[in-house]
Amino acid sequence: MSFDVLKIRKDFPALHQQVYGKPLVYFDNAATSQKPEAVINQIAEYYRTINSNVHRGVHYMSQQATDAFEGSRKRIQEYINAANHHEIIITKGATDSINLVANSFGRKFLDENAEVIISSLEHHANIVPWQVICEKQKAKLRVIPVTEAGTLDLKAFEQMINDKTKIVAVGHISNALGVVNPIKKIIAIAHQHNVPVMVDGAQGIVHDSIDVQAMGCDFYCFSSHKFYGPMGVGVLYGKEKWLEEMPPYQTGGEMIKSVTFEKTTYNELPFKFETGTPNVADVIGFKSAIDYIDGIGMESIKAYEDEILDYGIKKLKAIDGVKILADGAPKAGVISFLIDDIHPYDAGTIIDKFGIAVRTGNHCAQPIMDLLCIPGSIRASLAFYNTKDEIDRLAEAIITVKEMFA
Amino acid sequence: MSIQETATKIVNEFSLFDDWMDKYNHIIEMGKTLPMIDEKYKTDQYLISGCQSRVWVSAELAEGKVIFKADSDAVITKGIVNLLIRVFSNQAPEEIIDADMSFIDEIGLKEHLSPTRSNGLVSMIKQMKLYAVVFKTKMKEQQA
Ligand SMILES: Cc1ncc(COP(=O)(O)O)c(C=O)c1O
Repeated sequence: MSFDVLKIRKDFPALHQQVYGKPLVYFDNAATSQKPEAVINQIAEYYRTINSNVHRGVHYMSQQATDAFEGSRKRIQEYINAANHHEIIITKGATDSINLVANSFGRKFLDENAEVIISSLEHHANIVPWQVICEKQKAKLRVIPVTEAGTLDLKAFEQMINDKTKIVAVGHISNALGVVNPIKKIIAIAHQHNVPVMVDGAQGIVHDSIDVQAMGCDFYCFSSHKFYGPMGVGVLYGKEKWLEEMPPYQTGGEMIKSVTFEKTTYNELPFKFETGTPNVADVIGFKSAIDYIDGIGMESIKAYEDEILDYGIKKLKAIDGVKILADGAPKAGVISFLIDDIHPYDAGTIIDKFGIAVRTGNHCAQPIMDLLCIPGSIRASLAFYNTKDEIDRLAEAIITVKEMFA
Repeated sequence: MSIQETATKIVNEFSLFDDWMDKYNHIIEMGKTLPMIDEKYKTDQYLISGCQSRVWVSAELAEGKVIFKADSDAVITKGIVNLLIRVFSNQAPEEIIDADMSFIDEIGLKEHLSPTRSNGLVSMIKQMKLYAVVFKTKMKEQQA
């Protein structure tokens, strides 16, 4: 069955609008995705019907809300094939999930003899929390370099990892360049040294089917909002063994078993890591997003996305002066490029006037931009609701940019 | 020419264009006549934060008037900073401090004025006015 993109587009109300009098082309999906009607309706429906606080009321509505909330957790577990539903921690987003691991794991396992390994391709969200905890615990932060091709240098990684290494934290797919990292190899190498791996899956979950058990990662995290769900919800998957050993991150209500002024005993997983009232409506909305995506099927989505990505890269490369970053590296969803020596900000300002939403700048990944010696790039990030026609419009806009700054 | 007169002149220039592309072409052209900052000032100290492109602005006082120079690695930013320099340069600190910036709205660059824009027009204006405040204080001290 062929992929009916025009039918799919009908499910996303925000795609059907004019920007500066032109039909919107939304190519900023790596920043956040648009939401299908099903998700929008689910959120409204929740507030119209079962809205109440979860896990505490004996009353009917609270039970309904709690069931729906826990139903989302189970749906997430099933979607990423986690072994247990209590291995799914609900957070505010990928950033929150990473901070949870960095702080909780860091306090327990990092000291002045410890080392943490991240990579050069990371988003700031997977750099700064590690920098801060390493500084606090006096541990050393080490960084996997990139090769000329823009891929992670696994040889260097193999030399870097040693018995001081306590955790490896790497991205699945780079948001700035779209490079797909050899995550299974990284996990295999780390596990040979008995080092756990945290995967920042903020972009990974969007472009591929995720089976955390097959992947073998110890932690995997992502944000709902980049995956067609609502903002303000994230997921941290963690292997039970690690989550049990880790101390709570934030403290307050819900995460406790009993509180006296002398001593508090903590609740069990997953509640140990979920304090305060969660974003119930959006957690429930996220289930609708997963249902929607599953309905289409990640395999079809991936096949279509790869097709338009390939088309886009070829189309843009055919324009004289366009340089694709990390060209030749395995990619998903993202075309990160430069036009001649035109500043990305100049190009982005003009492309915007065509009603095309692209992102310019360092994409919260300043280290890799510095390594490439560029001030940033123009990034078109695709979703399965984008079309080849839209890519053609981007190509036209690029030609105008070239003329204006010639 | 006073600040207000230059502002009116710029508004008139822009009123000739009704399409965004001509407007931006004009900004790009303006970037080409930017009074260039001396290379030695292209340091972090003169860098204006809050911009996606890098912009450096220097100021000096000559006979009671502030002279601004600037540069940027982006062409549109050069044009925009030159627009400000045309308005502010060669004016007394007092005039710069009190200058009404509503002309930017009139030329249809309002979107650039939002403080959440990453192009830093707001930061540039703030920095230039700050230079003026410093010069005004210095002049007062000298008179005292
Ligand atoms: C690779 C990667 N990691 C982490 C994040 C942070 O996600 P959030 O802002 O939703 O917490 C992003 C978002 O841009 C990302 O692309």
